[in-house]
Amino acid sequence: MIETQERTVTVWQDRVRIRVLSKGHGPALVFFHGPWGLTWDPFLDELARSFTVLAPEHPGTTPEAHDDIYHLDGLWDLVLCYDELLEVLGLESAVFVGHSFGGMVACEVAAAYPARARRLALLAPLGFWRDPDRIINWMMLEPGELRRHIFHDPECDAARRMFPPSDAHDATAAARVRMVWAMGTTGKFIWPIPDKGLKKRIHRVTAPTLLVWGKEDRLVPAVYADEFTRRLQSGRVQTVDAAGHAPHLEQPEKVARLVRDFLSQ
Amino acid sequence: MKISAFHLMPYRELPADFEQRYESVWVTPPWWELADARRVGQYYNWTLDELLYAAKCGFDGVCTNEHHQNAYGFMPSPNLMGSVLARQTNGTNVAIVQMGATLPTSNPPLRVAEEYAMLDCISGGRLVAGLPLGSPMDVNLCYGITPMEHRERYREAVALTLKAWQAREIFSWNGRYFQLATVNLWPRPIQQPHPPVWIPGSGSISTFDFAVEHDVCYCFLSYSGARSAKTMMDGYWRVVAEKGRDLNPYRAGFLQLVVVAESDARAEEKYAQHVEYFYHKCLHVPPMWFSPPGNQDYRSLVATMSNPVRRAENPKTLRYREFVDNGYVIAGSPATVRDRLKEEVIKNLRVGNLMVLLQIGSMPHELALENIELFGREVLPDLRDTWDDEPWVNHWWPERLRQRAVAPVAAGVAAGGA
Repeated sequence: MIETQERTVTVWQDRVRIRVLSKGHGPALVFFHGPWGLTWDPFLDELARSFTVLAPEHPGTTPEAHDDIYHLDGLWDLVLCYDELLEVLGLESAVFVGHSFGGMVACEVAAAYPARARRLALLAPLGFWRDPDRIINWMMLEPGELRRHIFHDPECDAARRMFPPSDAHDATAAARVRMVWAMGTTGKFIWPIPDKGLKKRIHRVTAPTLLVWGKEDRLVPAVYADEFTRRLQSGRVQTVDAAGHAPHLEQPEKVARLVRDFLSQ
Repeated sequence: MKISAFHLMPYRELPADFEQRYESVWVTPPWWELADARRVGQYYNWTLDELLYAAKCGFDGVCTNEHHQNAYGFMPSPNLMGSVLARQTNGTNVAIVQMGATLPTSNPPLRVAEEYAMLDCISGGRLVAGLPLGSPMDVNLCYGITPMEHRERYREAVALTLKAWQAREIFSWNGRYFQLATVNLWPRPIQQPHPPVWIPGSGSISTFDFAVEHDVCYCFLSYSGARSAKTMMDGYWRVVAEKGRDLNPYRAGFLQLVVVAESDARAEEKYAQHVEYFYHKCLHVPPMWFSPPGNQDYRSLVATMSNPVRRAENPKTLRYREFVDNGYVIAGSPATVRDRLKEEVIKNLRVGNLMVLLQIGSMPHELALENIELFGREVLPDLRDTWDDEPWVNHWWPERLRQRAVAPVAAGVAAGGA
């Protein structure tokens, strides 16, 4: 199998370094990862069979570039950064896939630059807030609790990969640092409530959009799909059985098939 | 040295099974189930009376601080309390030590600069201006400030505050977090160039650096006593030396829980339940809440994770004897308290500005007054001379109050006479 490629590009007057992992052949697909950092996973491997998958790391989560996050003050800066990144990657347009926080970012970029996004697949995206369906602040959960909130089955392979066993102290500490810093750098754009005005901008999105939601999502309940579909020009929802807030990690083949079929249309 | 009475203003009547029934004393304790506004009104007045009584009993200063949404200590606006204290202590040599109003939760933070200037004016120049960063529970969880922006906001706010107090000309502040086109503070503080600044902290290295660079008094607010503070405070003094400052003990403040009685045995009888209430209920907070992701910078995060400072023990499992033996609380007869404070805290940590917490947890008003009176009469006079044999000046104390205090005026003051 072909190895994952990586390159680090700089944007924002050379102040923000972003590592981009890539793999595959075919049309460009940009993957925006969620609040726990980017890990190349079986879902991305599946997509790489039909697309050239480009997965940038959220600013601050690239190794040796942790403090770059301090150069971005808000969502507007972040969206502009991604516009610059697409420019540097030579992508006038692409299909976007985003998970959770990354789903919100993909949607914001598509709202700011409608021509950049040809099609959108959003996996349990953030971006809205409903008082009766408060989103639990995952940043304040103990690791064990967090694991039970992300996954429908906290003992699944993906959960074991995200949370290494505690007998390996160094590996656990390193994984925890990586995860906490990823939550901090993404949390910078959504604290304390992950509704930063997407409702005012989402009408600008022209790309046909697929929303994928785990039926057992304990962080962002599936009712949030309605907030997207009733505002998008063209949006439909697909729910996934036996999956929580990371459906692409818990059911990689099923979700990859849904996403690939939709993006290939 | 200077010795001040600190007060948290806790809820004194939480249910016995509080820590089993509720998630946390902070952020989420349900008001309607737990509290009563009339009772709380009584607490605020008791708190003021206890601090004013301390002022009469010869303490050098009275301290209040700011916290939100909790039953552990809820003076959301310490300056409201400070203003009563300032007014009621006029004509005395007692400092009003605000420990204090939290800059990152005040928008614009100029509000704190103004209120402190008011307090300095009302008190005739007796203000100590505490500039705390604020706890993550207060600032991030209750007041919604993004953890990653917490320290940046704080640093900008401190710079703005110091400039607003001192600038001779109207200026514009085009900051990252605060923009003010016309800053022209009314009133300005009496103390020049500005009131003494204390920065409370809990051992973070970045706060040491900040305090030493700004040449202010760093105050370690600890509930675990001097033994566990030793490493931290040694670290602080190392930074002081490295940055070329003198080892003036008045650069350091420390908070210590203290209970005094006629004898060590009587102290246990009188205070054990209140001490346990404090450690078991008032500090009942999920550990994660102390460090929201982004609150620590990457370097500190790596340091904490790879070398976690493990508490020697979980306070919830300890009882009164252990709190006393381990120095969390200094308790006993006046002689015991005097000796332990002098050796373990003042000399050992090199502390010039000592704060003592004398109303602890569920301690009722009358007993708090007894503790204050006994400390003021039997302990405080013997500690006051510490450091006088060395040529240090307490630059971090209101100038007109720096002279060595005369004998306490409280001799014979009846409990409750405040």
